[in-house]
Amino acid sequence: MTTAAAPPEETLSEQGAPGAAPPPWWLRALRWTAEANVAVVSFCAIVFGLFVGAILIVVTTPATLTAWGQIGSAPGHSLSVIFSTLGNAFGALFTGSIFSPSAVGHAISTGQGWAAAFTPISETMVSATPLILAGTGVAIGFSTGVFNIGGQGQLIAGAIAATYVGFGVHLPLVPHLVLVVLAGAAGGAVAGFIPGILKARTGAHEVIVTIMLNYIFLNLLNYLLVTPPLQQPGQSNAISRTVPASARLPHLFGGGLRVNVGFLVALGVAAAAAWFMKRGTLGFEFKVIGANPSAGRTAGMDASKATILVLTISGALVGLAGMSTLSGTDFFLSSGYGGNNGFNAITVALLGRNRPLGVVLGSLLFAALSTGGRYLQANTNIPLDLTQVIQAVIVFLVATPALVREIFRLREAGAGKILLFTKGWGA
Amino acid sequence: MRARELVRLAKPRPNPSRWRKPAAALSVVAFAASVSVAAGQATSYAEASGVAHATKTGFLACEVTDTGGINDRSFNASAYQGLKVAAKAIPGLRYTFLSSTSTSDYVPNINDFIHEKCGIIVTVGFDMANATAAAAKAHPTQKFSIVDYTYTPKIKNVLALHYDTNQDAFLGGYLAAAMSKTGKVGTFGGQDIPTVTIYMDGWVAGVRYYDKVNHAHVVALGWTPAKHRNFASGSFAGKGLFTNDFTNQSLGKTDAQTLMAEGADIIFPVAGAVGLGAAAAVKQAGAGHWMEWVDTDGCVSAPQYCSIFITSVTKGIVASVAHAVVTAAKGTFQGGNYIGTLANGGVALSPFHTFASKIPVKVKSALNKIRAGIIAGKISLDPNSYPAS
Repeated sequence: MTTAAAPPEETLSEQGAPGAAPPPWWLRALRWTAEANVAVVSFCAIVFGLFVGAILIVVTTPATLTAWGQIGSAPGHSLSVIFSTLGNAFGALFTGSIFSPSAVGHAISTGQGWAAAFTPISETMVSATPLILAGTGVAIGFSTGVFNIGGQGQLIAGAIAATYVGFGVHLPLVPHLVLVVLAGAAGGAVAGFIPGILKARTGAHEVIVTIMLNYIFLNLLNYLLVTPPLQQPGQSNAISRTVPASARLPHLFGGGLRVNVGFLVALGVAAAAAWFMKRGTLGFEFKVIGANPSAGRTAGMDASKATILVLTISGALVGLAGMSTLSGTDFFLSSGYGGNNGFNAITVALLGRNRPLGVVLGSLLFAALSTGGRYLQANTNIPLDLTQVIQAVIVFLVATPALVREIFRLREAGAGKILLFTKGWGA
Repeated sequence: MRARELVRLAKPRPNPSRWRKPAAALSVVAFAASVSVAAGQATSYAEASGVAHATKTGFLACEVTDTGGINDRSFNASAYQGLKVAAKAIPGLRYTFLSSTSTSDYVPNINDFIHEKCGIIVTVGFDMANATAAAAKAHPTQKFSIVDYTYTPKIKNVLALHYDTNQDAFLGGYLAAAMSKTGKVGTFGGQDIPTVTIYMDGWVAGVRYYDKVNHAHVVALGWTPAKHRNFASGSFAGKGLFTNDFTNQSLGKTDAQTLMAEGADIIFPVAGAVGLGAAAAVKQAGAGHWMEWVDTDGCVSAPQYCSIFITSVTKGIVASVAHAVVTAAKGTFQGGNYIGTLANGGVALSPFHTFASKIPVKVKSALNKIRAGIIAGKISLDPNSYPAS
């Protein structure tokens, strides 16, 4: 999907000897694909991640191991076992995350079963929703030089606030949902404001504060879950009340497909964030301060105000992610709420190079690997951990473009085309 | 409904995908091979494929783990062990599992297994109760079993498995009090939830019962049951020591050290793998400091610490899950609620292993009498029935 991105124009104008006519478009396109730019590096990282996954499947699946043992006596048979195992595995990854060709064929021929045919892609979008929201929030922080590692805490804070408004307020669907969404954002914003004000006023480093706040919110949730009014009445287990139908994000399609309005909200938020960072005055200030705080100060920008604002906005978006899972699919809280989405958000921000579009694509890829991995395990007994290894390899390579350049022998991209954006814990 | 669509899709398959069929066959090969490897047998491709053909249409038992994962050394692992036991009892029975990495995975995981036409789907923990109930109502013919939960009212296609672990914990508490030299014993929990505190309640009741019948003054640290409680609603409120974590062993180490610093010489952690940290601390503290393990027989699940385990307060997840799977496979499955007790063997004190010769005969016979008394309902399990020392 990343290769589909248009090549940056500036790269091309630098090609060719001075004075000579610019090379034809196809040659430029060809050169572009051999260059270590964002799209090509990401694509190579994905290919390499899947390659590592393939190797792991071959060396860990009992069937292929047996086949290896017989490679001397029956090489043809062994190879066919190995390749069919790989084919099945990657087929299952695809079938489980995008769509199943047989289900679609069945739907076309009988006119029924459309929902089943689209269930995998719907589940991928469901998993991607909180990742897009939280990833965008974290990315705004990163591109301003603020390292918000508190995604998990902000996500939980948003979910807690949304749950309270969900079961505590009685309104018709639309106003109730709007309130729930706002509550989610507000909860996350509060969780983001705390490290912001601490950094601005006392200089406390946001990395430390946000990490510690993760524990505080996790334990706050554990406490609230066994305390009325959040705890489900008549239950002594750590489980919250269930939010009513008016606080649930409506499904986009019928047929039991779980993809809901939350996905559109996530795309909208990502688009707004892209606009904000590119065209907004405040976004510009954020970026300047992130790139060079002293330059920002010299230009009359208020760095501490920006820090507070960035962390608050970042927290609000992550809080929306907490709301999206609650109102979209779960409808109640329990102590494992949110899984690792707060931390995975950091990963997808990294994968998306802190750009909202990149975050959306990275989240979809991540979500597809997760849902596909689940199907892979149910269908072929290859453990879910395999897809987590693939995810890790991809992120690792995206974060180290120089390594990808070496592995795939890519040419260096023009200056500024690709950079390491993790500049360290800049103060 | 998506569910119905899935079933409809699953039935007629005029145009099966290229992946699907070989994938199913292969998973069986992989499964068969892994089973043979697990059993320590040499496996050849021909053998594996033979099994595959034989079991292609066999009964499939499936487990959805909670976020603890399949290797939690606790109820997820025990439930999976139950599937394995069932597979030994019924030739050709296949089993598999899906891990949940977050609570949001429960619904899709269950749906994936419904799609895979599992004969029974075993879910684990109260966390999954809502998801299981919803799926069971949407698929009335699909059989389910859930570990550590009861439904009121009962659901006819779900066998809910619940365990009165305060019964064997009572025995464990009595034994700890009898074995203590310092007159202090301690417990701590993984989280303040009923499945944990029911153990602590029974254990403390057992310590107090020991004091009452032997005119002793052994003190139980780490858990103070509430004065007014409602047994019927399963509420075991109280105040105590909790790690709020089931995986971080260093927390268990700290809590065990705290209890030992206060004078306790026998520790009873109710915190899954966190207990391993407590075991390390107890072993480090040296002779005279012992432990009781929880859920499973500690000498089997953590044999490196067997020398310090007086006994284990176990709950029969393996046997009851195996029972659910076997009945489902044989067509005699009955939904409803199952309560494991001392009487039906659903909960039990494990063998004493290295302590078999160290526990006085008098104590052993007392334990047998108490066991009979609990089964007959003559001994109260409520800690408030006995004065606290």
